[in-house]
Amino acid sequence: MAEKLGRVVGVNGNMLTVEFDRSVIQNEVAFVVTGDEKLKSEVIRIRGNRADMQVFESTNKLKVGDRVEFTGELLSVELGPGLLKQVYDGLQNPLNLLAEHSGFFLKRGVYLNALDENSQWQFTATAKPGDKLRAGDAIGSVPEGLFTHLIFLPFAWNGEWEVTEIVSDGTYQLTAPLATVRNTETAETRKVTMVQRWPIKIPIGAYREKILPRNPMITQIRAIDSFFPVALGGTFCTPGPFGAGKTVLQHAISQHAETDVVIIAACGERAGEVVEILREFPHLPDPRTGKTLIDRSIIICNTSSMPVAAREASVYTAVTLAEYYRQMGLNVLLLADSTSRWAQALREMSGRLEEIPGEEAFPAYLESLIAAFYERAGLVELNNGKLASVTIGGSVSPAGGNFEEPVTQATLKVVGAFLGLSRERSDARRYPAIHPLDSWSKYPSIVDADKLATARGVLRRGSEVNQMMKVIGEEGTNIDDYVIYLKSEFLDYTYLQQNTFDAVDGACCRERQNKLFDKICSVLAGGFAFGGKDEARSYFSELRQLFLDWNYIAADKPEYAAQEKAIDAKITEKLIHA
Amino acid sequence: MRKVYHKILKIAGNVITVEADNVAYNELAEVRTSRGVSLAQVIRLQDSTVSLQVFAGSRGISTDDEVRFLGREMTVSATENLLGRIFNGRGLPRDGRVALDENPIEIGGPSVNPAKRVIPRKMIRTNIPMIDVFNTLVESQKLPIFSVAGEPYNELLARIALQAEVDIIVLGGMGLKYDDYLSFRDTLEKAGALSRSVLFIHTASDPTVECLMVPDMSLAVAEKFALDGKRVLVLLTDMTNFADAMKEIAITMEQIPSNRGYPGDLYSQLASRYEKAVDFDGAGSITILAVTTMPGDDVTHPIPDNTGYITEGQFYLKNGRIEPFGSLSRLKQQVNAATRGDHRAIMDAMIRLYADYRGTLEKQSMGFSMSAWDKKLLRYGVKFEERMMDLSVNIPLEKALDLGWQTLRECFEPSEVGIKTEIIKEYWDKAK
Repeated sequence: MAEKLGRVVGVNGNMLTVEFDRSVIQNEVAFVVTGDEKLKSEVIRIRGNRADMQVFESTNKLKVGDRVEFTGELLSVELGPGLLKQVYDGLQNPLNLLAEHSGFFLKRGVYLNALDENSQWQFTATAKPGDKLRAGDAIGSVPEGLFTHLIFLPFAWNGEWEVTEIVSDGTYQLTAPLATVRNTETAETRKVTMVQRWPIKIPIGAYREKILPRNPMITQIRAIDSFFPVALGGTFCTPGPFGAGKTVLQHAISQHAETDVVIIAACGERAGEVVEILREFPHLPDPRTGKTLIDRSIIICNTSSMPVAAREASVYTAVTLAEYYRQMGLNVLLLADSTSRWAQALREMSGRLEEIPGEEAFPAYLESLIAAFYERAGLVELNNGKLASVTIGGSVSPAGGNFEEPVTQATLKVVGAFLGLSRERSDARRYPAIHPLDSWSKYPSIVDADKLATARGVLRRGSEVNQMMKVIGEEGTNIDDYVIYLKSEFLDYTYLQQNTFDAVDGACCRERQNKLFDKICSVLAGGFAFGGKDEARSYFSELRQLFLDWNYIAADKPEYAAQEKAIDAKITEKLIHA
Repeated sequence: MRKVYHKILKIAGNVITVEADNVAYNELAEVRTSRGVSLAQVIRLQDSTVSLQVFAGSRGISTDDEVRFLGREMTVSATENLLGRIFNGRGLPRDGRVALDENPIEIGGPSVNPAKRVIPRKMIRTNIPMIDVFNTLVESQKLPIFSVAGEPYNELLARIALQAEVDIIVLGGMGLKYDDYLSFRDTLEKAGALSRSVLFIHTASDPTVECLMVPDMSLAVAEKFALDGKRVLVLLTDMTNFADAMKEIAITMEQIPSNRGYPGDLYSQLASRYEKAVDFDGAGSITILAVTTMPGDDVTHPIPDNTGYITEGQFYLKNGRIEPFGSLSRLKQQVNAATRGDHRAIMDAMIRLYADYRGTLEKQSMGFSMSAWDKKLLRYGVKFEERMMDLSVNIPLEKALDLGWQTLRECFEPSEVGIKTEIIKEYWDKAK
């Protein structure tokens, strides 16, 4: 087939208008040639014999008349062993290799292979000649760090394929043919290698069915696991104004979440934050596996100063990799920070295309794109009967911290848990700043439901009393109401607030959460005898101090039990009924 | 020989359109009018027409004036000779000395590979307790000062610049009042810092479009020095003027505005500048301190709002003081574990108590009687403002922490401050 060519007829920011003479495909990838550079771009609209294309690079120095080469392929990623531990940009360029290749700066027009072609893997075959396979069935596996990495019949191959030949177990190069398969209908034969390509904007659908997510994904953050839980295969969002701690919260989740694989998509955010992950994950131990956190992570990093079109692609790249590891029977967590920057990338392109704008100039199709993205999460039953999941957590950065804006609203419609961060709480240094009354979750909690309802009731009543006290003053409040207020503050300080930067308090496991919560509930439900408000206040501040110290003591230390005794003694001191 | 074009098809705002071929995106051109020569930059190509933004403005341009394309982009000369020099928004000398043209480098270069950055770990001491104790400034941080007109933000900027231990100061002034420019220059000169400074100054009376180049020129120069291993501090004041100039061009180009008339790519445009702040793996660093004046003291205005999402925190300057609420240094966690064992505890506890104090003030103003606890808070609040928030306080971090303990001890019992017992034991009595 002859090359499909075109020529540039307009340049507007990172959007090109290109005239072509043959056919083009919507979302086809093309390269613009300028000097000795070739810049990757994607067709986003076609009108007559002109196509509008977004360029994934700076469009500096492009001229009218520059040559465009179409590839005939949609924007795709490479899937295969060796993805874990990698740091990619939004187009799956390995950043560490790029640094070796071009130094300090991201030189445009340089694209490297996502996977090392020369890498060798220890292959174990599971399919035999004569086996009939469908897309997504495994032919064998290779070990990849912590996991058994399955090698699949490529997801894009339709129909039934019969294995005619398969290599014996041994070490093979990444691109070596491992099996020959023949289509049972058309008799076409193809070779299977360890690598396959998949277009990122299309979900991988090689599974039997989706199942309602039920089991909690433990994050070791008390406010989430107990109050606003997230299920494996569920979705959640963390909207919040700047400075409310979205990123710190996401980092904490990425470190402590009890899932097999974590994929972090730093989408249009600060480079500095990614650097922390890049530099620290290789050294942070993962208590669940005994290895380091990087061994179970993939980082997709398209920071705010990197080209905006690649930012749009980065969340899709990330979710495609998540789906790929899900196919191996693993639980995968995808954290996208921030989906607002992705939406803004869409808005920038929409503006350049001169589309009729929707609310706040976001394109009218914003909602359906956000919904489609979150719908790629889920708990699925794979073709082999195993359960596996993709959990998606997206942070949202609403303009002005106002949750009424389009991105937050569109997100709230499709997620299963809403962890709203509040400026009020972060100003008062009450971290994590998840608002205990505004947030919600549709998933089951790890603590007792009745006790949780009691605790929620105390929080709500406490907030009411607090509001009331602002109007009638502390002296006009009766002692019973005042104690409820103190109890709600006590619950806030000792349970909802958590010090992420402390090794012990930062990660609170399931058992410990239950134990602490029961203890706190005995205080919340208890009746106390106080002589006056000052006495009540000082009692609760002393009790709070005991609990705070307890939270900082590792459970395997002898001091832990001693502190618990001190707490019990303090509680019984004033308790008149349980 | 480059072709000269004599036919200007359209003049709107500060943008002119000509018919020309073989023109590159972002290329520079000279527009020769009866008033003189102005630079212009290509901002859109469509078939055979080319749109350019004219730096000196379009006033007085005639449809048959001469447009000559230069075949290159905006550059700035990057050599040691820059030090001690002052330039305008086009990169021409403002100090009456010779123009520089050796070693030109392109401005607005590509972004740094995140893999070549290191985690910032070096604190920049300013001797201002509100910064050092509560929102520590860190080398390679990007931090704006959110303020309103009339606040002493330029003085604060100059003070930090002079007290910070950096090798080179680059000042980018956008829409700067002439007086402010002079006082910056004099302050630097008096402190003997002008010889290690480079100034790019666009004053309020210069054509608006000219200020668009100031951040890129300042940062390109800073990048050059940083790659040579220098620690560079870039001061940008005031980024609101820069954003407004972008808005002006966007509206002229009939772009669909997103929020209050600002272009949809405001976030990306600001980010591509602020993200130049970097600590290079194996070279120097760039720290950016910028001023963003908030129209109407409204932090949800698109400029401060987008800025806040890009930068690593912000200082709120209000009534001549750095406000404890809203002010934030995201990088403080990187350094304040290594300063002193009580730094974090003091930082959190004092702010939490000050928040309670503000609540008590509200109650007091409504005429409620004050409980014993309220009275404690009231005493504390006054001391906190006087000892920590006042900008005239000029003491090193360690002294400020001691002063913090002293203040807590004077006002509260140890169990009331919410600090873990271990730290209380170590410091409560020590600072007497």
